[in-house]
Amino acid sequence: MIEIRAVSHQIAGTPILHDITTRLPEGRLTALIGPNGAGKSTLLRLVGRLEPLQAGRISVAGHDIATTPTDRLAQVMAVLGQQTLIASRLRLAELVAFGRWPHHKGRPTAADRAHVAEAIRTFALGPLADRFMDELSGGQAQRAHIAMAFAQDTEWLLLDEPLNNLDMSHARALMARLRALVDQQGRGVAVVLHEVNYAAAWADHIIALKDGRILAEGAPDAVLTEDLLSRLYDAPISVGRHQGRPLVLHHA
Amino acid sequence: MRVLPALSSALIALMLASLTIGAAQVDLRMVRQDPLAMLVLLESRLPRTLAVALTGAALSVAGVLIQALVRNRFVGPDTSGTAEGAALGLLAITIWAPASPLWLRMVVASLTAMAATALFLAVIRRLPAREVMLVPIAGIILSGVVGSVVTFIAWQHDLMQFVGTWLGSGEFSGAIAGRYELLWIAGIAALLAWLAADRFAILGLGDGVATGLGLSVDAVMRLGLVVVSVVTAMVVTTVGMLPFVGLVVPNLVARLMGDNLRQTLPVVALSGAVLVLACDLVARIVVAPYELPAGLILGVLGAGLFLWLLHRRPVHG
Ligand SMILES: Nc1ncnc2c1ncn2[C@@H]1O[C@H](COP(=O)(O)OP(=O)(O)OP(=O)(O)O)[C@@H](O)[C@H]1O
Ligand SMILES: [Mg+2]
Repeated sequence: MIEIRAVSHQIAGTPILHDITTRLPEGRLTALIGPNGAGKSTLLRLVGRLEPLQAGRISVAGHDIATTPTDRLAQVMAVLGQQTLIASRLRLAELVAFGRWPHHKGRPTAADRAHVAEAIRTFALGPLADRFMDELSGGQAQRAHIAMAFAQDTEWLLLDEPLNNLDMSHARALMARLRALVDQQGRGVAVVLHEVNYAAAWADHIIALKDGRILAEGAPDAVLTEDLLSRLYDAPISVGRHQGRPLVLHHA
Repeated sequence: MRVLPALSSALIALMLASLTIGAAQVDLRMVRQDPLAMLVLLESRLPRTLAVALTGAALSVAGVLIQALVRNRFVGPDTSGTAEGAALGLLAITIWAPASPLWLRMVVASLTAMAATALFLAVIRRLPAREVMLVPIAGIILSGVVGSVVTFIAWQHDLMQFVGTWLGSGEFSGAIAGRYELLWIAGIAALLAWLAADRFAILGLGDGVATGLGLSVDAVMRLGLVVVSVVTAMVVTTVGMLPFVGLVVPNLVARLMGDNLRQTLPVVALSGAVLVLACDLVARIVVAPYELPAGLILGVLGAGLFLWLLHRRPVHG
Protein backbone atom coordinates (compact mmCIF):
# COMPACT_ATOMS: atom_id res chain seq x y z
CA MET A 1 0.00 0.00 0.00
CA ILE A 2 1.10 3.55 -0.63
CA GLU A 3 -0.05 5.89 2.11
CA ILE A 4 -0.09 9.62 1.52
CA ARG A 5 -0.87 11.71 4.58
CA ALA A 6 -1.40 15.47 4.64
CA VAL A 7 0.98 16.15 1.77
CA SER A 8 1.23 19.75 0.62
CA HIS A 9 3.70 21.13 -1.87
CA GLN A 10 4.76 24.55 -3.09
CA ILE A 11 6.97 25.62 -5.96
CA ALA A 12 8.48 29.08 -5.60
CA GLY A 13 5.78 30.08 -3.13
CA THR A 14 2.90 28.89 -5.32
CA PRO A 15 0.88 26.08 -3.74
CA ILE A 16 0.76 23.10 -6.10
CA LEU A 17 -0.74 20.42 -3.85
CA HIS A 18 -3.12 21.12 -0.95
CA ASP A 19 -3.20 18.71 1.99
CA ILE A 20 -3.50 15.47 0.02
CA THR A 21 -4.40 12.38 2.02
CA THR A 22 -5.12 9.13 0.24
CA ARG A 23 -4.16 5.49 -0.15
CA LEU A 24 -3.17 3.50 -3.19
CA PRO A 25 -4.30 -0.06 -2.52
CA GLU A 26 -1.71 -2.81 -2.91
CA GLY A 27 -2.16 -5.40 -5.62
CA ARG A 28 -4.27 -2.98 -7.65
CA LEU A 29 -3.86 -0.80 -10.69
CA THR A 30 -4.46 2.83 -9.71
CA ALA A 31 -4.92 5.53 -12.34
CA LEU A 32 -4.29 9.21 -11.64
CA ILE A 33 -6.35 11.44 -13.90
CA GLY A 34 -7.02 15.16 -14.15
CA PRO A 35 -6.47 18.20 -16.34
CA ASN A 36 -3.04 19.61 -17.27
CA GLY A 37 -1.35 21.22 -14.31
CA ALA A 38 -3.55 19.44 -11.75
CA GLY A 39 -0.49 18.17 -9.87
CA LYS A 40 -0.46 14.52 -10.99
CA SER A 41 3.22 14.48 -11.90
CA THR A 42 4.14 16.39 -8.76
CA LEU A 43 2.32 13.86 -6.59
CA LEU A 44 3.93 10.92 -8.39
CA ARG A 45 7.37 12.52 -8.16
CA LEU A 46 6.88 13.07 -4.42
CA VAL A 47 5.92 9.43 -3.91
CA GLY A 48 8.89 8.37 -6.03
CA ARG A 49 11.16 10.64 -3.87
CA LEU A 50 12.31 12.44 -7.02
CA GLU A 51 11.19 15.65 -5.32
CA PRO A 52 11.91 16.38 -1.64
CA LEU A 53 8.84 16.17 0.54
CA GLN A 54 7.94 19.55 2.05
CA ALA A 55 4.99 18.70 4.28
CA GLY A 56 3.23 15.47 5.20
CA ARG A 57 4.28 11.83 5.13
CA ILE A 58 4.43 9.17 2.44
CA SER A 59 5.11 5.49 2.89
CA VAL A 60 5.48 2.85 0.21
CA ALA A 61 4.88 -0.75 1.27
CA GLY A 62 5.66 0.24 4.83
CA HIS A 63 8.82 2.21 4.00
CA ASP A 64 8.67 5.86 4.98
CA ILE A 65 10.25 7.58 1.99
CA ALA A 66 11.75 10.33 4.13
CA THR A 67 13.74 7.96 6.32
CA THR A 68 14.40 4.89 4.15
CA PRO A 69 17.74 4.99 2.29
CA THR A 70 17.22 5.77 -1.37
CA ASP A 71 18.97 2.62 -2.59
CA ARG A 72 16.65 0.50 -0.45
CA LEU A 73 13.62 2.31 -1.91
CA ALA A 74 14.90 1.46 -5.39
CA GLN A 75 14.36 -2.19 -4.54
CA VAL A 76 10.77 -1.48 -3.53
CA MET A 77 9.55 0.85 -6.25
CA ALA A 78 10.47 1.76 -9.80
CA VAL A 79 9.60 5.24 -11.09
CA LEU A 80 9.34 6.45 -14.65
CA GLY A 81 9.14 10.25 -14.89
CA GLN A 82 7.27 12.24 -17.49
CA GLN A 83 10.34 13.68 -19.20
CA THR A 84 12.78 11.04 -20.25
CA LEU A 85 14.64 13.05 -22.82
CA ILE A 86 18.28 12.00 -22.62
CA ALA A 87 21.37 12.83 -24.59
CA SER A 88 23.29 9.79 -23.39
CA ARG A 89 24.54 7.40 -26.06
CA LEU A 90 23.64 4.12 -24.43
CA ARG A 91 22.47 1.13 -26.39
CA LEU A 92 18.90 0.11 -25.68
CA ALA A 93 19.96 -3.15 -24.01
CA GLU A 94 22.44 -1.28 -21.81
CA LEU A 95 19.73 1.13 -20.68
CA VAL A 96 17.32 -1.68 -19.79
CA ALA A 97 20.16 -3.47 -17.97
CA PHE A 98 20.58 -0.47 -15.66
CA GLY A 99 17.11 -1.31 -14.34
CA ARG A 100 18.76 -4.16 -12.45
CA TRP A 101 21.40 -1.92 -10.90
CA PRO A 102 19.54 -1.40 -7.58
CA HIS A 103 19.73 -5.17 -7.05
CA HIS A 104 23.25 -6.02 -8.16
CA LYS A 105 25.13 -2.69 -7.72
CA GLY A 106 27.48 -3.48 -10.58
CA ARG A 107 27.79 -7.27 -10.40
CA PRO A 108 24.99 -8.69 -12.52
CA THR A 109 24.11 -12.35 -12.04
CA ALA A 110 22.49 -14.73 -14.50
CA ALA A 111 19.12 -13.93 -12.91
CA ASP A 112 19.66 -10.20 -13.57
CA ARG A 113 20.46 -10.88 -17.21
CA ALA A 114 17.35 -13.04 -17.50
CA HIS A 115 15.19 -10.19 -16.15
CA VAL A 116 16.67 -7.82 -18.72
CA ALA A 117 16.14 -10.26 -21.58
CA GLU A 118 12.55 -10.78 -20.49
CA ALA A 119 11.83 -7.05 -20.27
CA ILE A 120 13.24 -6.56 -23.75
CA ARG A 121 11.15 -9.42 -25.09
CA THR A 122 7.99 -8.23 -23.33
CA PHE A 123 8.10 -4.87 -25.08
CA ALA A 124 9.10 -6.32 -28.45
CA LEU A 125 12.42 -4.46 -28.37
CA GLY A 126 14.63 -7.38 -29.41
CA PRO A 127 15.38 -6.09 -32.91
CA LEU A 128 16.36 -2.70 -31.46
CA ALA A 129 18.49 -3.98 -28.57
CA ASP A 130 21.82 -2.87 -30.07
CA ARG A 131 20.63 0.54 -31.26
CA PHE A 132 21.79 3.71 -29.55
CA MET A 133 18.99 5.45 -27.63
CA ASP A 134 19.45 8.68 -29.57
CA GLU A 135 18.74 6.78 -32.77
CA LEU A 136 15.28 5.55 -31.77
CA SER A 137 11.83 7.00 -32.43
CA GLY A 138 9.96 8.66 -29.56
CA GLY A 139 7.71 5.67 -28.96
CA GLN A 140 10.59 3.18 -29.14
CA ALA A 141 12.59 5.21 -26.62
CA GLN A 142 9.52 5.39 -24.36
CA ARG A 143 9.11 1.61 -24.51
CA ALA A 144 12.80 1.18 -23.66
CA HIS A 145 12.37 3.31 -20.54
CA ILE A 146 9.29 1.35 -19.52
CA ALA A 147 11.25 -1.88 -20.05
CA MET A 148 13.96 -0.53 -17.73
CA ALA A 149 11.35 0.11 -15.01
CA PHE A 150 9.96 -3.40 -15.58
CA ALA A 151 13.39 -4.96 -15.30
CA GLN A 152 13.70 -3.33 -11.87
CA ASP A 153 11.03 -5.85 -10.86
CA THR A 154 9.76 -4.06 -7.75
CA GLU A 155 6.69 -4.35 -5.56
CA TRP A 156 5.47 -0.98 -6.82
CA LEU A 157 5.68 0.52 -10.28
CA LEU A 158 4.98 4.24 -10.77
CA LEU A 159 4.60 5.48 -14.34
CA ASP A 160 3.93 9.06 -15.45
CA GLU A 161 2.07 9.10 -18.77
CA PRO A 162 3.63 5.88 -20.08
CA LEU A 163 1.30 5.94 -23.09
CA ASN A 164 2.99 9.07 -24.44
CA ASN A 165 4.14 8.47 -28.01
CA LEU A 166 2.77 4.92 -28.07
CA ASP A 167 0.54 3.79 -30.91
CA MET A 168 -2.78 2.12 -30.15
CA SER A 169 -1.47 -1.42 -30.25
CA HIS A 170 1.58 -0.76 -28.09
CA ALA A 171 -0.55 1.24 -25.66
CA ARG A 172 -2.98 -1.64 -25.37
CA ALA A 173 -0.13 -4.13 -24.96
CA LEU A 174 1.37 -2.03 -22.17
CA MET A 175 -1.92 -1.78 -20.26
CA ALA A 176 -2.44 -5.54 -20.64
CA ARG A 177 1.09 -6.14 -19.33
CA LEU A 178 0.45 -3.87 -16.32
CA ARG A 179 -2.79 -5.72 -15.69
CA ALA A 180 -0.93 -9.05 -15.76
CA LEU A 181 1.63 -7.69 -13.30
CA VAL A 182 -1.20 -6.82 -10.91
CA ASP A 183 -3.30 -9.95 -11.41
CA GLN A 184 -0.60 -12.59 -11.63
CA GLN A 185 2.15 -11.22 -9.41
CA GLY A 186 0.14 -9.09 -7.00
CA ARG A 187 2.19 -5.98 -7.76
CA GLY A 188 0.92 -2.44 -7.18
CA VAL A 189 0.88 -0.10 -10.15
CA ALA A 190 0.22 3.66 -10.17
CA VAL A 191 -0.07 5.28 -13.54
CA VAL A 192 -0.85 8.81 -14.71
CA LEU A 193 -3.20 8.62 -17.70
CA HIS A 194 -4.56 11.34 -19.93
CA GLU A 195 -6.80 9.18 -22.06
CA VAL A 196 -9.56 8.51 -19.54
CA ASN A 197 -10.82 5.48 -21.43
CA TYR A 198 -7.61 3.60 -20.67
CA ALA A 199 -8.40 4.18 -17.00
CA ALA A 200 -12.00 3.08 -17.62
CA ALA A 201 -10.88 -0.12 -19.32
CA TRP A 202 -7.95 -1.23 -17.17
CA ALA A 203 -7.85 0.47 -13.75
CA ASP A 204 -9.14 -0.90 -10.43
CA HIS A 205 -8.95 2.41 -8.63
CA ILE A 206 -9.01 6.00 -9.88
CA ILE A 207 -7.82 9.19 -8.21
CA ALA A 208 -9.02 12.38 -9.91
CA LEU A 209 -6.94 15.47 -9.19
CA LYS A 210 -7.84 19.06 -9.94
CA ASP A 211 -6.01 22.22 -8.88
CA GLY A 212 -3.86 20.30 -6.43
CA ARG A 213 -6.80 18.67 -4.64
CA ILE A 214 -8.45 15.27 -4.88
CA LEU A 215 -11.82 15.78 -6.51
CA ALA A 216 -12.85 12.13 -6.34
CA GLU A 217 -11.44 8.68 -5.80
CA GLY A 218 -12.73 5.16 -5.97
CA ALA A 219 -13.72 2.44 -8.42
CA PRO A 220 -14.05 3.43 -12.10
CA ASP A 221 -17.83 3.17 -11.96
CA ALA A 222 -17.96 5.59 -9.05
CA VAL A 223 -15.52 8.17 -10.44
CA LEU A 224 -16.16 8.14 -14.17
CA THR A 225 -19.61 9.74 -14.08
CA GLU A 226 -20.88 12.49 -16.37
CA ASP A 227 -21.26 14.96 -13.54
CA LEU A 228 -17.82 14.36 -12.06
CA LEU A 229 -15.90 14.28 -15.32
CA SER A 230 -17.62 17.44 -16.54
CA ARG A 231 -16.55 19.18 -13.35
CA LEU A 232 -13.06 17.69 -13.53
CA TYR A 233 -12.36 18.89 -17.04
CA ASP A 234 -14.73 21.91 -17.12
CA ALA A 235 -16.32 20.56 -20.29
CA PRO A 236 -19.53 18.68 -21.04
CA ILE A 237 -18.69 14.98 -21.14
CA SER A 238 -21.05 12.07 -21.61
CA VAL A 239 -20.44 8.55 -20.39
CA GLY A 240 -21.77 5.45 -22.10
CA ARG A 241 -21.06 1.82 -21.39
CA HIS A 242 -19.10 -0.80 -23.23
CA GLN A 243 -18.62 -4.40 -22.09
CA GLY A 244 -19.72 -3.57 -18.58
CA ARG A 245 -17.31 -0.66 -18.10
CA PRO A 246 -17.76 3.10 -18.50
CA LEU A 247 -16.96 4.56 -21.94
CA VAL A 248 -16.16 8.27 -21.89
CA LEU A 249 -17.29 10.32 -24.89
CA HIS A 250 -16.18 13.87 -25.54
CA HIS A 251 -18.47 14.58 -28.53
CA ALA A 252 -21.36 15.56 -26.34
CA MET B 1 36.46 -5.82 -28.11
CA ARG B 2 39.07 -5.42 -30.82
CA VAL B 3 39.60 -1.76 -29.97
CA LEU B 4 41.54 -2.32 -26.75
CA PRO B 5 44.31 -4.55 -28.23
CA ALA B 6 44.73 -2.16 -31.16
CA LEU B 7 45.01 0.86 -28.87
CA SER B 8 47.35 -0.96 -26.50
CA SER B 9 49.67 -1.86 -29.38
CA ALA B 10 49.66 1.72 -30.59
CA LEU B 11 50.43 2.92 -27.08
CA ILE B 12 53.36 0.53 -26.68
CA ALA B 13 54.78 1.49 -30.08
CA LEU B 14 54.51 5.20 -29.32
CA MET B 15 56.05 4.76 -25.87
CA LEU B 16 59.02 2.90 -27.37
CA ALA B 17 59.44 5.64 -29.95
CA SER B 18 59.24 8.25 -27.20
CA LEU B 19 61.99 6.44 -25.28
CA THR B 20 64.32 6.41 -28.28
CA ILE B 21 63.83 9.81 -29.86
CA GLY B 22 65.81 12.81 -28.61
CA ALA B 23 69.10 14.68 -28.65
CA ALA B 24 71.13 11.91 -26.98
CA GLN B 25 71.34 8.53 -28.74
CA VAL B 26 69.54 5.80 -26.82
CA ASP B 27 69.49 2.33 -28.30
CA LEU B 28 67.12 0.28 -26.19
CA ARG B 29 68.95 -2.97 -27.06
CA MET B 30 72.35 -1.70 -25.96
CA VAL B 31 71.27 0.35 -22.96
CA ARG B 32 72.52 -2.15 -20.36
CA GLN B 33 76.11 -1.81 -21.48
CA ASP B 34 75.94 1.97 -21.74
CA PRO B 35 75.67 3.77 -18.37
CA LEU B 36 75.16 7.18 -19.95
CA ALA B 37 72.31 6.00 -22.11
CA MET B 38 70.82 4.28 -19.05
CA LEU B 39 70.96 7.54 -17.15
CA VAL B 40 69.21 9.44 -19.95
CA LEU B 41 66.59 6.74 -20.16
CA LEU B 42 65.77 6.57 -16.46
CA GLU B 43 66.15 10.23 -15.58
CA SER B 44 64.58 11.84 -18.61
CA ARG B 45 63.05 9.67 -21.35
CA LEU B 46 61.04 7.29 -19.18
CA PRO B 47 59.66 10.00 -16.87
CA ARG B 48 58.69 12.09 -19.85
CA THR B 49 57.01 9.20 -21.64
CA LEU B 50 55.06 8.25 -18.52
CA ALA B 51 54.13 11.87 -17.86
CA VAL B 52 52.72 12.27 -21.36
CA ALA B 53 50.75 9.01 -21.24
CA LEU B 54 49.38 9.69 -17.74
CA THR B 55 48.38 13.23 -18.64
CA GLY B 56 46.58 12.17 -21.81
CA ALA B 57 44.77 9.31 -20.11
CA ALA B 58 43.74 11.19 -16.96
CA LEU B 59 42.62 14.36 -18.73
CA SER B 60 40.47 12.34 -21.13
CA VAL B 61 38.79 10.50 -18.27
CA ALA B 62 38.26 13.83 -16.49
CA GLY B 63 36.59 15.07 -19.68
CA VAL B 64 34.13 12.18 -19.65
CA LEU B 65 33.28 12.90 -16.02
CA ILE B 66 32.69 16.62 -16.36
CA GLN B 67 30.54 15.93 -19.42
CA ALA B 68 28.47 13.42 -17.43
CA LEU B 69 28.13 15.84 -14.50
CA VAL B 70 26.76 18.68 -16.64
CA ARG B 71 25.15 16.39 -19.25
CA ASN B 72 26.69 18.31 -22.08
CA ARG B 73 29.28 17.12 -24.56
CA PHE B 74 30.79 20.49 -25.32
CA VAL B 75 32.77 20.98 -22.13
CA GLY B 76 36.12 19.74 -20.88
CA PRO B 77 38.30 20.32 -17.81
CA ASP B 78 39.93 23.15 -19.75
CA THR B 79 36.61 24.99 -20.26
CA SER B 80 34.94 24.59 -16.88
CA GLY B 81 37.09 26.89 -14.76
CA THR B 82 38.93 23.89 -13.26
CA ALA B 83 42.42 24.60 -14.61
CA GLU B 84 42.16 28.32 -13.87
CA GLY B 85 40.97 27.48 -10.35
CA ALA B 86 44.04 25.29 -9.83
CA ALA B 87 46.30 28.08 -11.15
CA LEU B 88 44.69 30.54 -8.73
CA GLY B 89 45.55 28.27 -5.81
CA LEU B 90 49.12 27.80 -7.03
CA LEU B 91 49.49 31.53 -7.44
CA ALA B 92 48.17 32.22 -3.94
CA ILE B 93 50.59 29.80 -2.33
CA THR B 94 53.47 31.08 -4.43
CA ILE B 95 52.78 34.60 -3.15
CA TRP B 96 51.96 33.89 0.49
CA ALA B 97 53.98 30.79 1.27
CA PRO B 98 56.63 30.42 -1.41
CA ALA B 99 58.61 27.93 0.68
CA SER B 100 55.75 25.44 1.11
CA PRO B 101 56.40 21.83 0.20
CA LEU B 102 55.10 20.30 -2.98
CA TRP B 103 52.34 18.27 -1.30
CA LEU B 104 50.85 21.45 0.17
CA ARG B 105 50.87 23.20 -3.19
CA MET B 106 49.18 20.18 -4.67
CA VAL B 107 46.47 20.14 -1.99
CA VAL B 108 45.81 23.86 -2.35
CA ALA B 109 45.64 23.62 -6.14
CA SER B 110 43.19 20.72 -5.88
CA LEU B 111 40.97 22.61 -3.43
CA THR B 112 40.79 25.78 -5.50
CA ALA B 113 40.18 23.68 -8.64
CA MET B 114 37.26 22.06 -6.80
CA ALA B 115 35.88 25.43 -5.74
CA ALA B 116 35.97 26.77 -9.31
CA THR B 117 34.40 23.59 -10.73
CA ALA B 118 31.73 23.60 -8.02
CA LEU B 119 30.91 27.18 -9.02
CA PHE B 120 30.59 26.05 -12.64
CA LEU B 121 28.26 23.19 -11.65
CA ALA B 122 26.14 25.52 -9.52
CA VAL B 123 25.77 27.95 -12.42
CA ILE B 124 24.92 25.15 -14.88
CA ARG B 125 22.26 23.68 -12.60
CA ARG B 126 20.36 26.95 -12.77
CA LEU B 127 20.32 27.06 -16.55
CA PRO B 128 17.33 25.64 -18.43
CA ALA B 129 18.22 22.10 -19.51
CA ARG B 130 17.22 22.59 -23.11
CA GLU B 131 19.69 25.43 -23.73
CA VAL B 132 22.50 23.12 -24.83
CA MET B 133 24.92 25.81 -25.97
CA LEU B 134 24.60 27.90 -22.79
CA VAL B 135 26.61 25.31 -20.87
CA PRO B 136 29.87 25.59 -22.84
CA ILE B 137 29.41 29.35 -23.06
CA ALA B 138 29.03 29.60 -19.29
CA GLY B 139 32.13 27.43 -18.89
CA ILE B 140 34.21 29.54 -21.23
CA ILE B 141 33.09 32.74 -19.52
CA LEU B 142 33.87 31.36 -16.07
CA SER B 143 37.30 30.12 -17.23
CA GLY B 144 37.91 33.55 -18.72
CA VAL B 145 36.93 35.38 -15.54
CA VAL B 146 39.00 33.20 -13.21
CA GLY B 147 41.86 33.27 -15.73
CA SER B 148 41.78 37.07 -15.78
CA VAL B 149 41.90 37.22 -11.99
CA VAL B 150 44.95 34.94 -12.08
CA THR B 151 46.62 37.07 -14.74
CA PHE B 152 45.87 40.30 -12.90
CA ILE B 153 47.28 39.08 -9.59
CA ALA B 154 50.30 37.49 -11.26
CA TRP B 155 51.01 40.67 -13.16
CA GLN B 156 50.93 42.73 -9.98
CA HIS B 157 53.37 40.36 -8.30
CA ASP B 158 55.56 39.96 -11.34
CA LEU B 159 54.81 36.25 -11.59
CA MET B 160 53.55 36.09 -15.15
CA GLN B 161 56.07 33.46 -16.24
CA PHE B 162 54.45 30.99 -13.82
CA VAL B 163 51.01 31.57 -15.27
CA GLY B 164 52.52 30.81 -18.66
CA THR B 165 53.69 27.38 -17.52
CA TRP B 166 50.42 26.54 -15.73
CA LEU B 167 47.89 27.71 -18.26
CA GLY B 168 49.92 28.10 -21.46
CA SER B 169 49.85 25.10 -23.74
CA GLY B 170 51.22 22.13 -21.85
CA GLU B 171 54.81 21.18 -22.33
CA PHE B 172 56.69 18.08 -21.25
CA SER B 173 60.38 19.01 -21.49
CA GLY B 174 60.43 19.62 -17.73
CA ALA B 175 59.03 16.18 -16.94
CA ILE B 176 62.12 14.50 -15.54
CA ALA B 177 62.58 12.09 -12.63
CA GLY B 178 61.52 13.82 -9.42
CA ARG B 179 59.31 16.34 -11.22
CA TYR B 180 56.53 14.36 -12.79
CA GLU B 181 55.47 11.85 -10.10
CA LEU B 182 52.38 13.86 -9.10
CA LEU B 183 50.85 12.69 -12.34
CA TRP B 184 50.55 9.21 -10.87
CA ILE B 185 47.99 10.72 -8.51
CA ALA B 186 46.05 11.92 -11.54
CA GLY B 187 46.26 8.39 -12.96
CA ILE B 188 45.02 6.85 -9.71
CA ALA B 189 42.13 9.34 -9.55
CA ALA B 190 41.15 8.33 -13.09
CA LEU B 191 41.28 4.68 -12.10
CA LEU B 192 39.01 5.45 -9.16
CA ALA B 193 36.52 6.98 -11.58
CA TRP B 194 36.55 3.78 -13.59
CA LEU B 195 35.55 1.79 -10.49
CA ALA B 196 32.48 4.05 -10.22
CA ALA B 197 31.86 4.05 -13.98
CA ASP B 198 28.29 2.71 -13.73
CA ARG B 199 27.33 5.51 -11.38
CA PHE B 200 28.54 8.17 -13.78
CA ALA B 201 26.79 6.47 -16.69
CA ILE B 202 23.54 6.42 -14.70
CA LEU B 203 23.99 10.04 -13.65
CA GLY B 204 24.24 10.89 -17.35
CA LEU B 205 20.66 9.64 -17.73
CA GLY B 206 19.34 12.46 -15.57
CA ASP B 207 18.71 13.11 -11.88
CA GLY B 208 15.27 11.49 -12.04
CA VAL B 209 16.51 8.18 -13.45
CA ALA B 210 19.54 8.20 -11.14
CA THR B 211 17.41 8.77 -8.03
CA GLY B 212 14.90 6.19 -9.23
CA LEU B 213 17.69 3.62 -9.44
CA GLY B 214 18.67 4.43 -5.87
CA LEU B 215 21.74 6.55 -6.54
CA SER B 216 22.57 9.54 -4.37
CA VAL B 217 22.96 12.19 -7.05
CA ASP B 218 24.89 14.49 -4.71
CA ALA B 219 27.39 11.81 -3.75
CA VAL B 220 28.14 10.91 -7.37
CA MET B 221 28.47 14.61 -8.24
CA ARG B 222 30.94 15.08 -5.38
CA LEU B 223 33.03 12.11 -6.47
CA GLY B 224 33.14 13.40 -10.04
CA LEU B 225 34.04 16.88 -8.85
CA VAL B 226 36.93 15.56 -6.78
CA VAL B 227 38.34 13.39 -9.58
CA VAL B 228 38.11 16.12 -12.23
CA SER B 229 39.69 18.68 -9.92
CA VAL B 230 42.52 16.47 -8.68
CA VAL B 231 43.41 15.30 -12.19
CA THR B 232 43.43 18.86 -13.51
CA ALA B 233 45.35 20.26 -10.54
CA MET B 234 48.09 17.63 -10.94
CA VAL B 235 48.41 18.35 -14.65
CA VAL B 236 48.48 22.13 -14.12
CA THR B 237 51.09 21.78 -11.35
CA THR B 238 53.47 19.51 -13.27
CA VAL B 239 53.23 20.12 -17.02
CA GLY B 240 50.64 22.85 -17.54
CA MET B 241 47.09 22.52 -18.84
CA LEU B 242 46.64 20.81 -22.21
CA PRO B 243 43.85 22.04 -24.45
CA PHE B 244 41.23 19.90 -26.23
CA VAL B 245 42.17 16.39 -24.97
CA GLY B 246 39.38 16.33 -22.39
CA LEU B 247 36.90 17.55 -24.97
CA VAL B 248 37.80 15.65 -28.14
CA VAL B 249 38.68 12.18 -26.86
CA PRO B 250 35.42 11.63 -24.90
CA ASN B 251 33.40 12.84 -27.89
CA LEU B 252 35.20 10.57 -30.35
CA VAL B 253 34.79 7.51 -28.17
CA ALA B 254 31.13 8.26 -27.36
CA ARG B 255 30.38 8.70 -31.04
CA LEU B 256 31.93 5.39 -31.98
CA MET B 257 31.24 3.24 -28.92
CA GLY B 258 28.56 4.95 -26.87
CA ASP B 259 28.35 5.91 -23.20
CA ASN B 260 28.50 2.63 -21.34
CA LEU B 261 31.37 4.02 -19.30
CA ARG B 262 32.46 0.78 -17.71
CA GLN B 263 33.37 -0.43 -21.20
CA THR B 264 34.42 2.87 -22.72
CA LEU B 265 36.54 4.51 -19.98
CA PRO B 266 39.55 2.20 -20.64
CA VAL B 267 39.24 3.06 -24.33
CA VAL B 268 39.03 6.75 -23.47
CA ALA B 269 42.13 6.55 -21.27
CA LEU B 270 44.18 4.66 -23.88
CA SER B 271 43.05 6.96 -26.70
CA GLY B 272 43.98 10.03 -24.65
CA ALA B 273 47.43 8.60 -23.93
CA VAL B 274 47.96 7.71 -27.60
CA LEU B 275 46.82 11.12 -28.83
CA VAL B 276 49.02 13.13 -26.47
CA LEU B 277 52.02 10.85 -27.01
CA ALA B 278 51.68 11.28 -30.76
CA CYS B 279 51.45 15.06 -30.37
CA ASP B 280 54.46 15.15 -28.06
CA LEU B 281 56.49 13.09 -30.55
CA VAL B 282 55.55 15.41 -33.39
CA ALA B 283 56.43 18.39 -31.21
CA ARG B 284 59.87 16.87 -30.58
CA ILE B 285 60.53 15.91 -34.19
CA VAL B 286 59.38 18.79 -36.41
CA VAL B 287 61.94 21.37 -35.26
CA ALA B 288 64.62 18.99 -33.91
CA PRO B 289 66.99 19.51 -32.17
CA TYR B 290 64.61 22.09 -30.63
CA GLU B 291 61.06 21.29 -29.66
CA LEU B 292 57.58 22.83 -29.63
CA PRO B 293 55.09 22.60 -26.76
CA ALA B 294 52.98 19.45 -27.21
CA GLY B 295 49.91 21.53 -26.41
CA LEU B 296 50.50 23.54 -29.57
CA ILE B 297 50.29 20.47 -31.82
CA LEU B 298 47.35 19.26 -29.77
CA GLY B 299 45.54 22.57 -30.22
CA VAL B 300 45.80 22.33 -33.99
CA LEU B 301 44.98 18.62 -34.19
CA GLY B 302 42.26 18.84 -31.53
CA ALA B 303 40.49 21.71 -33.23
CA GLY B 304 40.55 19.80 -36.52
CA LEU B 305 39.20 16.62 -34.93
CA PHE B 306 36.48 18.56 -33.17
CA LEU B 307 35.31 20.29 -36.34
CA TRP B 308 35.22 16.91 -38.07
CA LEU B 309 33.11 15.52 -35.21
CA LEU B 310 30.68 18.43 -35.36
CA HIS B 311 30.12 18.06 -39.06
CA ARG B 312 29.94 14.31 -39.33
CA ARG B 313 26.42 12.93 -39.64
CA PRO B 314 25.40 10.69 -36.77
CA VAL B 315 25.95 7.04 -37.61
CA HIS B 316 22.91 4.79 -37.74
CA GLY B 317 23.13 1.06 -37.26
N1 LIG C 1 9.39 23.91 -12.03
C1 LIG C 1 8.19 24.49 -11.86
N2 LIG C 1 8.10 25.81 -11.58
C2 LIG C 1 6.91 26.39 -11.39
N3 LIG C 1 5.75 25.75 -11.46
C3 LIG C 1 5.76 24.45 -11.74
C4 LIG C 1 6.99 23.74 -11.95
N4 LIG C 1 6.69 22.45 -12.20
C5 LIG C 1 5.36 22.35 -12.16
N5 LIG C 1 4.79 23.55 -11.88
C6 LIG C 1 3.36 23.80 -11.73
O1 LIG C 1 2.83 22.85 -10.85
C7 LIG C 1 1.53 22.52 -11.25
C8 LIG C 1 1.37 21.02 -11.29
O2 LIG C 1 2.26 20.50 -12.24
P1 LIG C 1 2.28 18.96 -12.62
O3 LIG C 1 3.40 18.75 -13.54
O4 LIG C 1 2.25 18.18 -11.37
O5 LIG C 1 0.89 18.80 -13.38
P2 LIG C 1 0.30 17.54 -14.13
O6 LIG C 1 -0.99 17.25 -13.48
O7 LIG C 1 1.27 16.45 -14.20
O8 LIG C 1 0.03 18.13 -15.56
P3 LIG C 1 0.21 17.47 -17.03
O9 LIG C 1 -1.04 16.74 -17.29
O10 LIG C 1 0.31 18.65 -17.91
O11 LIG C 1 1.40 16.63 -17.02
C9 LIG C 1 1.30 23.20 -12.59
O12 LIG C 1 0.43 24.30 -12.39
C10 LIG C 1 2.64 23.65 -13.03
O13 LIG C 1 2.54 24.85 -13.73
MG1 LIG D 1 2.35 15.57 -15.70
